[in-house]
Amino acid sequence: MMETVLSTREVTKIYELEDQVITAVDHVSLDLFRGEFVALVGPSGSGKTSMLAMIAGLLTPTGGEICLDGEEVGQMRESKRTRVRREKIGFTFQAHNLVNYLTALENVELMLRLNSRYDKDGQARSIELLTRLGLEDRLHNLPTQLSGGQRQRVAIARSLIHEPQLVLADEPTANLDTALAHQVVETFSELVHEQNRAGIMVTHDLRMVLYCDRVIEMEDGRLKHVLSDRAQIEQLAGNDPVRNAETVKLLK
Amino acid sequence: MSIRVGSYLAWKEMWRNRGRFFLVSLVIALITLLVIFLAGLAEGLGAGNKEYLSKLGGELVLYQDRADLTVSSSQLGRSIMNKVRRTEGVADAGPIGTSAALISFEGALEPESVSLIGVEPGHPGEVSVVEGEQLSNIRAKEAIIGRNVALRTGLGVGDTLVVESTQGTVDELYPLKVVGVSDGQQYFLQPSVIVPLFTWDRIRPKGFVSDSGGELTFNVVNVAVENPLRAEEVARQLEADIKNIEVVDRVTAYENAPGYTEQQSTLNTQRGFTLLIGILVVGGFFQIQTLQKVGQVGMLKALGAPNFLVAISATIQIVTTNVLGVIMGALATFGLAAAMPSGIPIIFNGNEVAIALVTLLIIGPLGGLVSIRYLTRVEPLAALGLGG
Repeated sequence: MMETVLSTREVTKIYELEDQVITAVDHVSLDLFRGEFVALVGPSGSGKTSMLAMIAGLLTPTGGEICLDGEEVGQMRESKRTRVRREKIGFTFQAHNLVNYLTALENVELMLRLNSRYDKDGQARSIELLTRLGLEDRLHNLPTQLSGGQRQRVAIARSLIHEPQLVLADEPTANLDTALAHQVVETFSELVHEQNRAGIMVTHDLRMVLYCDRVIEMEDGRLKHVLSDRAQIEQLAGNDPVRNAETVKLLK
Repeated sequence: MSIRVGSYLAWKEMWRNRGRFFLVSLVIALITLLVIFLAGLAEGLGAGNKEYLSKLGGELVLYQDRADLTVSSSQLGRSIMNKVRRTEGVADAGPIGTSAALISFEGALEPESVSLIGVEPGHPGEVSVVEGEQLSNIRAKEAIIGRNVALRTGLGVGDTLVVESTQGTVDELYPLKVVGVSDGQQYFLQPSVIVPLFTWDRIRPKGFVSDSGGELTFNVVNVAVENPLRAEEVARQLEADIKNIEVVDRVTAYENAPGYTEQQSTLNTQRGFTLLIGILVVGGFFQIQTLQKVGQVGMLKALGAPNFLVAISATIQIVTTNVLGVIMGALATFGLAAAMPSGIPIIFNGNEVAIALVTLLIIGPLGGLVSIRYLTRVEPLAALGLGG
């Protein structure tokens, strides 16, 4: 039986702006299982980013429940949410991704330091993970000395190093060219599966769903479709999965 | 965890942006230089005005009533001394007379201006010597010179100085033997030459006709009390027993030295404004830096860094930059002071400088408070551009 890492029930987010009431997320229920990498897609304003923010404990839901690894995070106090984010969640963001005065290795190690788990073993694992991501000769480079793709790979390593229950990625390929985008998401997906984590990636780029186990499409704050059939996902990713895969190989 | 990681992030950021942080430290160093110089000047000018009075042995100073606590305006007769000494609670009392004079000496190119102070040897008012001997008697043709006079003139114990004094319309010369050197006694911003009271009365500049009816007059009386805790009580007793006098403690006496309060308040205002500029500079720099790293701080918070960590990190940076600036500024000031010619009224070891240094160390965190508060209020959500 698959282990549930994240469970949302009837989650709602309503913004009240002067005389306007906007329902950004409307009664969304979903489950996420260990070892599963899910894409959350939809047009701008569909509510996917609000949903991600609520799951991350960055935004308080107006209604409903969000249960992460047995803890209700939706209505938690901020200090507890901070602890949950630090211990149980790994993040990759679209911008402001790395601490600009820390080297690649130090950025990855930061999550271990924040969790009081930094030691020789942690340092070795950080180097190993960055090496795995092809950054062995960039360990001591500052973010300004890295390319966009390299920075995203450092962010991926940072999101996984402290062995979180859930990995969240907000538009991780937004600033990358196609080849790099495929490379980054594929690696991300591989690591999530290898380490048996649960991952959610918010993306506009439908080609990236190729590396996901499930695709959740949102529209007007509601769940519109949930695709878990491989053929359907591949079709969504590019209609011709064989050609697509070959293109990816070529691009690599 | 927060303190350890906060310090780690603070040091890393400062080290990797050391040029920027050093520049701020340099600005703080310049502000420090200015503030310490002003403090040193306030101390030096203040000491120049009050030093002799502030170092008096007795706790109380007795003035002529309605002299507005101005030493030169106060005129007291010798007959008053017995009454003062007989008053209950008074341990001893000594007359003090002051006047301006010029001294010349062997090898001098030009005469030096000094404060000529007449005292009764062995009684309050006479200064202690650090070299040589005290004055021998009230009529002796002897003088104790301050260290400043000794440094400036090259005079030492055993040498002879000549007081040039105008008696009526005639310039008279009075040779005096230097018997002792005291620490840097100054009065009215001029180095002091201490002489026995009768000698002082004879050689001080004066007109032919004395208006004192033949009685020796001087300016004030320094009174030592038996129990310093009861000084106030003795002062009131003296005022009750002796007519036309006003008795105040030593601090009140030197605060009323001519121009002292005005001079100090002018310098304090300048110092206050410089410190205010310091607060604004430090505050401005850290506020600009804070605005530049809202995204970074938001990301750190999103990753699970608590507010305390962010605040600690910022505080360490502000304090370190400030301390570094103050140390650099202090060293530069002392270096500059060492290179300055003697005689410039700047003192760097007084309370004023200590207070200035402590104030400078406080203004950094004070200036940075706004940015620390701002940082703790950064929303991870807004900083990351996550808005639904």
